[in-house]
Amino acid sequence: MSSDAERGAGEGPEASDPDREAKAERIRELLATEGDAVAENTRGFNAGRYESTGRLDGYEALKDEARAIKEDAIERLPDLIDEVRETVEANGGTVYLADDAADANRYIREIAAERGAERAVKSKSMTSEEIEVNDALAADDVDVVETDLGEWVLQLADEEPSHIVAPAIHKSREAIAELFAERFDPDDPPETAEELTMFARERLGELIEDADLGMTGANFIAADSGTMLLVTSEGNARKTVTATDTHVAVAGVEKLVPTVEEFSPFVELIGRSGTGQDVTSYISTLTPPVDSPVPDFGSDQEPLADGSDADRDFHLVLIDNGRLAMRDDETLKETLYCIRCSACSNACGNFQSVGGHAFGGETYSGGIATGWEAGIEGLDVAAEFNDLCTGCSRCVPACPVGIDIPWINTAVRDRINRGEADPSQLDWAFEELVPDEEPGGLDLGTRLVGNYATLAEWGHKTAPVANRLANAGPVRALAERVAGIDRRRDLPEFARESLVEWFDARGGPAVPADEATREAVVYPDTATNYVDVERGKATVRALEALGVHVRVPDLPGSGRPPLSQGMVATAEAAAEDLYAGLAPHLDAGRDVVVIEPSDLATFRREYERFLPSESSERLADASYDAMEYVFGLLENGADPAGLRAPSEGTGPVASGKRIAYHPHCQARTVEVGEYATATFERLGYDVRVSDTECCGMAGSFGYKTDYYELSVDVGEPLREQFGDTDRTVVAPGTSCTEQLDALLDAAPRHPIEVIAPRG
Amino acid sequence: MSLADASTFTRRLDDLGVAVATGPPEECATMVEAAAGEPVVGVPLGRSGPEGLADSPATLPDRVETEPTTADLRAAHTGVTAASLGVAEYGSVALEADPAGTEPVSLFIDRHVVVLREADIVPDMPDAFDWLGPRARDESVDVVFATGPSATADMGGLVHGAHGPKEVHVVLLRDDDAADGPNDTPDAEAER
Repeated sequence: MSSDAERGAGEGPEASDPDREAKAERIRELLATEGDAVAENTRGFNAGRYESTGRLDGYEALKDEARAIKEDAIERLPDLIDEVRETVEANGGTVYLADDAADANRYIREIAAERGAERAVKSKSMTSEEIEVNDALAADDVDVVETDLGEWVLQLADEEPSHIVAPAIHKSREAIAELFAERFDPDDPPETAEELTMFARERLGELIEDADLGMTGANFIAADSGTMLLVTSEGNARKTVTATDTHVAVAGVEKLVPTVEEFSPFVELIGRSGTGQDVTSYISTLTPPVDSPVPDFGSDQEPLADGSDADRDFHLVLIDNGRLAMRDDETLKETLYCIRCSACSNACGNFQSVGGHAFGGETYSGGIATGWEAGIEGLDVAAEFNDLCTGCSRCVPACPVGIDIPWINTAVRDRINRGEADPSQLDWAFEELVPDEEPGGLDLGTRLVGNYATLAEWGHKTAPVANRLANAGPVRALAERVAGIDRRRDLPEFARESLVEWFDARGGPAVPADEATREAVVYPDTATNYVDVERGKATVRALEALGVHVRVPDLPGSGRPPLSQGMVATAEAAAEDLYAGLAPHLDAGRDVVVIEPSDLATFRREYERFLPSESSERLADASYDAMEYVFGLLENGADPAGLRAPSEGTGPVASGKRIAYHPHCQARTVEVGEYATATFERLGYDVRVSDTECCGMAGSFGYKTDYYELSVDVGEPLREQFGDTDRTVVAPGTSCTEQLDALLDAAPRHPIEVIAPRG
Repeated sequence: MSLADASTFTRRLDDLGVAVATGPPEECATMVEAAAGEPVVGVPLGRSGPEGLADSPATLPDRVETEPTTADLRAAHTGVTAASLGVAEYGSVALEADPAGTEPVSLFIDRHVVVLREADIVPDMPDAFDWLGPRARDESVDVVFATGPSATADMGGLVHGAHGPKEVHVVLLRDDDAADGPNDTPDAEAER
């Protein structure tokens, strides 16, 4: 089906949504200018994370420990603030609790003025970016110099950081060389990474020597001793603190932990999570004012150790700026557990393609940025990039403190939906089609996707008319203009006979209950039931071949599509309906077999937020991924002879022996992605597994006209890996299948379609 | 400290590209001599690192300027200081900031030579923080756990010596018991 042929139809004087157009244009520009450098670096960091955490014994236990410390610390935060004030003051330092950015800056400017500071050197700190202290000090003619090499490059280029940990990864070596040549016009312009680094070290070294004020952030602060932890690899934080007699540390209040001993798990997790380093080169634990002498570079014949440490002055500026209110917000509270490691950015398919400048709120970036920006800047700022979270959930296992980042994004999206809703809009026109629980005035594209289950049922009932209509040029043009659904995407074709209808028509279960090893309900999810019926039939056949008594009852949608749009109330209602439909089967001890991985992930991850815990646990325990279930049956003695092993011989049939498998992102998060590989291998197939985090289609994301290019770019590694393969391409997710179809020009099948006996 | 910790420690240092020389305290000056470039500044043993080093037969070679001026520091190629603790699992050394200048001497130079007693090696990070906790509370210590040289990848490739030392050498002083063993000559490993 060529979509290009349909282009042009319906294009006329009515322009597309200008916001959408501008957003798409910005993404195209970032893909072209920064995409390659960002991709190379983030994917490298991400691979490093897998390698480094894989080497670590007890990684999961360490994550649990880290999370427990943060939970406890945020719970006790007001007490910890009081305690750290006492310990820092007992050490001879000062603590200032700033309400907001302006308050913090006023205080810091006063210190600079008192010390007569002409230059401040600064070690990279997101919190100081948040309050924009550089601008505040510049207003008093204090020259602020960033000493982190990447941050300094950005300061020279007058750009914002793109990444929490490695701020300048979007700039190539060539671009940095050009920048230095332009700014400094050196006789022998540095070119290699080594030359560029040494050039920066020398320049910065001179600036640090003459500085009057040193500013740092703090990764953690122990309330019991006033000790702060700073992790760096360059040593710039050490130099910043050592070379200047006045140290101002700026940190969000959430950085407090009760004791020094509790630094330990974070030290082991932070470098691994962010860049794949086991530990960073320098882990400074400072209990300021520090004991080092202040080197007087101005009169350098003086002994270095002249006892001048007595002159040192220390100020800890703790910043609230919305954090204490976030603590009282059940959803945003989790954000305060964030340790700013950047693992969520590096694990994110969209971030890997366009980087932080596309995600950029005012300060924070990547997956967790929505939580930070919603709490610190407000919903409007968070809304600018919240859409870029596709809910693929790959950041969930990556986060060392177990924050459910997609959930924060979903909940914030829900607030945005509600906040922006305009009740005056004539929403009643769609009431029949969109029986959701959301307020009027919701963006139409959001609402269409959110009500996919209803649309699909309607489409199936009216197929093939609906199929013809849906793909007709004028309708596609209208859908693009009004609902933002990109014309370049093929739309799913609705089946005339649903899975449930097929199952009933064939006379129900083929294996009688009294002869069966187990009883299972195959869940007819919306996509399987109305669009991709073949994978449903294959699941039924495979299970029956292994002696299972199978039922396919008519059941409602899981709520995944509305959830993806932040329509939380609608998703919750769907969860309740579906649970009601499944409850009698659970009562009867039947297993629930799920074909669509995103639905299984919803059962296991989000339903605990919607259903009483007893119910959600019961469903989570009883439900299985289709390939997980097959693997379990084989493990328990089922005869593999009932399934299709690789075909022998030559010709097209033989290619079935070798499989290229793209596991679904959410299936990997709930740890069922490997069962397909294991089952294939057990049956004698040769499997090659894709190593991309997410295909980029991500449910409805790839359909949206503003994100089409981004979606395709995220899927590019799949094309690189599987583009020329002669293997049979399989993928369990509906949207992955759509994306692979578009990228590879092949129609991948669900893994179970390969191994199920032919119908 | 167990022998396993010492061997884990040296193996990790090797992975990090850090040269290690091991020998009895009496050989300390010889090992530092071999590791240090020129000019070299330092903080006397015992004034840097654990107090126990002050009474030890370990010394620094005469050519180490142990009362440097700021100009000496600026001109130095090598800085020599003792470390208070080693962390076997990561190959980290704990350097304590002190009025004698351990922090600048180990930072504003190209090569850092670290003197550490094998007896001060602990297995892992939780041990290191158990050691640090009481001292941070009672003595307000400032400690940096340094693992290998200063590094950056900000300029388009991994480079050592971004702000701090480009290379690190560790002189490991064997425990008294072990020094009685057959292999008590310094066995400096070749620099990688």
